[in-house]
Amino acid sequence: MAIARQAEPSGSLDEARDAGLDREDLFQIYRNMLVTRGVEERGHILYRQGKIPGSFYTGRGNEAAAVGVASAMGNDDVGTPLHRDMGVHITRGVEPWRIFAQYMGRADGPTHGKDGNVHMADANLGLLAMVSHLPAMLPVAVGCALAFRIREEKRVAVAWSGEGAMARGDAHEGMNFAGVRRLPVVFICDNNQWAYSTPTHLEYAVEHLADRAQAYGFDGVVVDGTDVLAVYREAKRAIEKARAGGGPTLIECQTLRMEGHAVHDDAFYVPKELFERWAERDPIERYRTWLRENAEMRDEEEEEITAHVKKLLSDALQRADESPQPDPATLTDGVYATPEDLDTPHHK
Amino acid sequence: MAEKTYLQAISDGLRQEMRRDKRVFVLGEDVGVYGGAFKVTLGFQEEFGAWRVIDAPLSETAIMGGATGAAIMGLRPVAEMQFADFVSCAWDHLVTVAAKQRWRAGTPVPIVLRLPSGGGFSGGPFHSQNPESSFAHIPGLKCVCPATPEDAKGLITAAIEDPNPVLFFEHKHLYRRIKGEVPDDRYVTPIGKARIHQEGDDVSVITWGAMVYTAEEAAKQVDASVEIVDLRTIMPWDRQAVLDSARKTSKVLVLHEDTRTGGFGAEIAATIAEEAFEDLDAPVKRIAAPDCPVPFSPVLEKAFIPQVDDVARGLKELISY
Repeated sequence: MAIARQAEPSGSLDEARDAGLDREDLFQIYRNMLVTRGVEERGHILYRQGKIPGSFYTGRGNEAAAVGVASAMGNDDVGTPLHRDMGVHITRGVEPWRIFAQYMGRADGPTHGKDGNVHMADANLGLLAMVSHLPAMLPVAVGCALAFRIREEKRVAVAWSGEGAMARGDAHEGMNFAGVRRLPVVFICDNNQWAYSTPTHLEYAVEHLADRAQAYGFDGVVVDGTDVLAVYREAKRAIEKARAGGGPTLIECQTLRMEGHAVHDDAFYVPKELFERWAERDPIERYRTWLRENAEMRDEEEEEITAHVKKLLSDALQRADESPQPDPATLTDGVYATPEDLDTPHHK
Repeated sequence: MAEKTYLQAISDGLRQEMRRDKRVFVLGEDVGVYGGAFKVTLGFQEEFGAWRVIDAPLSETAIMGGATGAAIMGLRPVAEMQFADFVSCAWDHLVTVAAKQRWRAGTPVPIVLRLPSGGGFSGGPFHSQNPESSFAHIPGLKCVCPATPEDAKGLITAAIEDPNPVLFFEHKHLYRRIKGEVPDDRYVTPIGKARIHQEGDDVSVITWGAMVYTAEEAAKQVDASVEIVDLRTIMPWDRQAVLDSARKTSKVLVLHEDTRTGGFGAEIAATIAEEAFEDLDAPVKRIAAPDCPVPFSPVLEKAFIPQVDDVARGLKELISY
């Protein structure tokens, strides 16, 4: 039997306004979702052109979940987005050209070629770079929240994981510690139904992962991860609750991973009908329809947004392609920090 | 200046830093109300409050991951593993996240991880290990292994001040057994600088931690002038001091309590072979624990941890080479 609350779908324009979103905010969310998908689609092209070393991962199908949560965060909040959460980087303001440079291992990527794909973060934007070991960043986000609590700051940390990562001990230890200390952290579980080739029934035995929240002493919410405004509403509620001292929330965003685990994987193990069913709920198409029906998005407004995104991305591709390869002489730079390195936005 | 135990010196150094820097806080199992399994943080919670001396759940992963997040947010966590052995449960956050974050993402992680280590009291396989070489092998981590009370205080201060994750291996067998003069004022013992524990001309012993005292006793049993170099920190380690001593005596014994294969002594021996080969009058000798887990029985443990007689025998072999 489900324990977590099932979130309502998004409603009218008035409801969005009540949640603090004006018409321009709503358009910005749409823009961010388009940029998110556009970055990953162009990443695919770069990969096929042989310009991306290693593998390539996308979060197709997760745009609403990522953009919805990130849009609900405050400027001083921090987060640890994962590899399906490109929308978080875009919403926080990472410039697409730097992401392309990162994909290609160039000197101007956020990690200057030292790490690849979505293993990046701009500290100026309150993000912490993920590692491959999921969900190792979950206890780290809890530690950020611990720092906020110790300093009595009204800031919130947002920790991402997937339904596969939730099977690991890190998730348990992090959520338990956060529950015990009522820390200002919100846990987002992007449940995209497949951890590489492993389906949900081989990852967990509860009905909803958000049901686990009760075991840690806080609330769980299940939300349709293809409904950006519903995600936004629930994330906003949880973040403001954490900010007010109400402790953590676990939000499970239900989506389907619309591509393979990575570019080499054709996801043959996912039933075709499942893809077809979820394609009908494409988060971007859903939100576009909502904007036209509820926010009276006009053709020219839509065209302007689409053209803006297209230009942004083609300029970004060009700029990234001009970025130099990293200098091998920099290989061992920064293995150890110097006191001056502590002068980062995070450490101040 | 007052005479302090090794344990008091660590405690004093940590308390002094917490008084002068509000960013420093303690996180670990039983560190608060109980004062830590070995009482290093006894009385800290009364002085600094429950949000600066935090009793964590039994969750090494959450402790290490939590310390990492808090450090990135600008605090200076001093996390404690109740025993160094339990750091295995925190490996991912230490090695995967904290050690690599500065290099790949530009965000320093200034953490001190206190690790009560070492055997000699029938702690068995899970309460006696010296895992320093495993971490010295990880780029991005620093490893500190003080032998004296004075160094224990100066190095805990240096570790807290350092902008990197620093593993502070405090040898349990020294906690209450070793006393020494410790300055009352704040001071910093530099990380990466060895100390000549005892000057000599005929043979050098390169060691750290509790083995410094084993070497000292062994030196009394041989008819030669023995130089004892206490490395104090093994990552970074003072290559120059080791090479200087090797060139001075031309005979070197590398001694550690950790097991032999892949122990940090191997790195030291290799460096001497590469850089001071022509100054040597004998092959570098290594004395270390055999390649097996730390045993429980006192008889077996005595056979495991290098003893004074073992070191004296090694010194005699080198001297007569």
